[in-house]
Amino acid sequence: MKAKHRFSLAVVILGLLMTGPFVVTSLLVWLDMKEAERSLLTGLLMSRLPVGTMMTLFGFVIGVAVLHKLFKQYVEGLLRMAETLRLMLGANRNFRVAPEGPPEVQQLAQAANDLAQQRDVLMDDVDAQIATAKASVEEEKNRLAALMSELAQAVVVCNLDGRILLYNNRARLQFKALSQGPTSVAGGALIGLGRSIFSILEKNQVEHAREVIRQRLTAGKTAIANFVTTTRGGQLLRVQMVPVLSAAGEEGEAAMSGYVLTVENITRSIELEARRDQVLHSLTEGSRAAIGNIRAAVANLIDYPDMEPELRERFVKVVDDEAAKMSRSLDQTMNEFSDSMKTRWPLEDILGIDIVAAAQRRIEDKLKLPIKTEGLDDALWVKADSFSLVFALLFLASRLQDHYDPRELRFRLSSNGRLAYLDLIWAGQAMSSETFYTWEMETMHVGGETSPLSVRDVIDRHGGEIWYEREKAAHRAFFRFVLPVATPELDNEQEERTRGKGRPEYYDFDLFKFEDKSIDLDRKLSELTYTVFDTETTGLEPSKGDEIIQIGAARIVNNRLLRQETFNQIVDPEIPLKPESIPIHGITEDMVRGQPNIDAVLPAFHEFCEDTVLIAHNAAFDMRFLQLKEERTGIRFTQPVLDTLLLSAVVHPNQESHKLDVILERLGVTIGTRHNALEDALATGEVFLKLVKLLEEKGIVTVRQALEAAEKTYFARVKY
Amino acid sequence: MPKKILIVDDEPNIVISLEFLMKKEGFEIAIANDGDDALAKVDSFNPDLVLLDVMMPRKSGFEVCEALRADPARSGLKIVMLTAKGRDTEVAKGLAIGADAYMTKPFSTKELLAMVKAMLGLA
Repeated sequence: MKAKHRFSLAVVILGLLMTGPFVVTSLLVWLDMKEAERSLLTGLLMSRLPVGTMMTLFGFVIGVAVLHKLFKQYVEGLLRMAETLRLMLGANRNFRVAPEGPPEVQQLAQAANDLAQQRDVLMDDVDAQIATAKASVEEEKNRLAALMSELAQAVVVCNLDGRILLYNNRARLQFKALSQGPTSVAGGALIGLGRSIFSILEKNQVEHAREVIRQRLTAGKTAIANFVTTTRGGQLLRVQMVPVLSAAGEEGEAAMSGYVLTVENITRSIELEARRDQVLHSLTEGSRAAIGNIRAAVANLIDYPDMEPELRERFVKVVDDEAAKMSRSLDQTMNEFSDSMKTRWPLEDILGIDIVAAAQRRIEDKLKLPIKTEGLDDALWVKADSFSLVFALLFLASRLQDHYDPRELRFRLSSNGRLAYLDLIWAGQAMSSETFYTWEMETMHVGGETSPLSVRDVIDRHGGEIWYEREKAAHRAFFRFVLPVATPELDNEQEERTRGKGRPEYYDFDLFKFEDKSIDLDRKLSELTYTVFDTETTGLEPSKGDEIIQIGAARIVNNRLLRQETFNQIVDPEIPLKPESIPIHGITEDMVRGQPNIDAVLPAFHEFCEDTVLIAHNAAFDMRFLQLKEERTGIRFTQPVLDTLLLSAVVHPNQESHKLDVILERLGVTIGTRHNALEDALATGEVFLKLVKLLEEKGIVTVRQALEAAEKTYFARVKY
Repeated sequence: MPKKILIVDDEPNIVISLEFLMKKEGFEIAIANDGDDALAKVDSFNPDLVLLDVMMPRKSGFEVCEALRADPARSGLKIVMLTAKGRDTEVAKGLAIGADAYMTKPFSTKELLAMVKAMLGLA
């Protein structure tokens, strides 16, 4: 517009320049003339005026045409170029100025294009470098997380606020085992990304350890702190803390930005140690008095042989009495503490059949002696040092081969209470117990391989026994290894690992910047911690007695859906299931019976979603079920609730359907099975994360805005 | 006049041996079965030496020893503590609170006798 004005001004000036000097000259001449001259001039001019005007107009038109041309090329052309340059600067990097107009302008355009080209090359280079750097950081993160997740120790990383940034599978299992409560998932609520470590460990002790580390750092010592703490359940945990230091600044002193905790449950080892102490105590101090009594009595009997028979009788009685007392106490000690007195050789929990398979391979390989098996208990775990045990089996097999040359050997594995029997069987003549005794005591050697141990040593290491026995009827004999049975601790590990794809999300290093995440409605949607949940119910009418039969939930922390931190509990509705509903949720009477009822599950679920915003699809329905239980259980869910159905209606007001399946398809989310509370909750979580971005485009950024927008939609007015 | 020894122990099986031994050696003997009894017997029997067991019901040997040492009139009384606990810390405690000697069960009767005699100036 401004340019247009300037053009109009130029045209006016041109007009003035063409007519102005003539008019002014004429006026001056006119004023100087006499009357007669004036009339003569008028007569002369008037007759020729049309020609003059024509010429002037013609000149003016040509002048305007030239002016217009110049304006188009230099002013408007440059303006257009400026716009395209802006475009290149911002929206479309690849746009280029089309060279047009006069040569000067074309050269300018070319120069601008060249500059843009140079800039693109530089930017591409920077982008590539950033991408490489990011990829290597990401790789390092992944490597670290993978390493942590496979560690056999429980590791938890926290920021200075005590928020958990990373934990490994071992930590999850360990804390899960610590938590008590009626539901299998109550413990899952204890540990989680962004949750506070102080729900597990005593805050004062953690703070004290931090202080110790701070002091050690200042003193230039190794920054490490240890403490032992008791959990709510009375378990003893030994915790080691090392600091996470942020990169050192100019001053050279690195600040602590978080800490790594390694946690070991020492309850059992402390108990064992205490029992050992007790044994030691009862065998030493407990014996002193008795032996003292015996010794004094015996000394008197020896030193005064001529005492009266009656007194002698009494001293003998003392000896007899005390000796009997000591025998009894020894027996008792052995009975009570037999487990604790076993050797401390480290034994691993191993499947019995794995030992058999290993021994079978070694014997067939080394001795070319066929091995068969019979009656293998394939679920039997034993405590064993498999290496020495397999070698002992190999050694005995080779002795048998040397002496009796059996055609084959057999293994048998069975159990009797806390004892496992591993039998090495062969057919043939009887052997003498002396021979076996020699085999048992000599150091083991097979071919070139030797061991410093004897079979007896191996057996002693296991706190076991071995003997030789005949099966006369079958004309067979066997060596029986007796080993302690093990109860494997973490047998639920496998099941836990299958959920979700890829490596578990046990870490989130962005949480180092994670501050207070308590619910503030004016915080950004992407910053808050959420619990997405879904329920399966016996029917659709809570007010007519329908009940919850399953609650599934997962957490969203730092804009990520955590598939490992889930809550999944089947609930006994204490009413019969409706047959027509069973195909929908797939939960049968058998699955429901024996599960905790809603009174037991709701508190655990409440704990799971503490301090988070709730999310559900068609939340009103699920909330209605929860609210109907408020009075009975006293559990109230007071946090804000977001409904993905309503939020979807906010984002796509013109779409007809906002059913979960439809939204999943619309937003391009693919999931596995549906109509299982946990799967549906996870699907809802995925949908929510997509919706957050779409809401942002609509200017809905905070939780408050989302709640208000949802309320305004049409769907909000339809009460369930 | 024979020296007098008070034997304090709640276990009859050791009392019988100690009593026999000390009588054979010509001492005059009295017996107490617990701490309170011991303090009463010290008053009535007025012994030169006490063989004092640590582990006793009601009042421990430590308490008896402390009570006796709190009485300046009895500074000449010799106290030998006998114990079924062999910990260094307890030996240290016994000697610290005023016992003259400390013997851990099981002990040699000969050694005990030699020590008692030495303490009473009879060796």
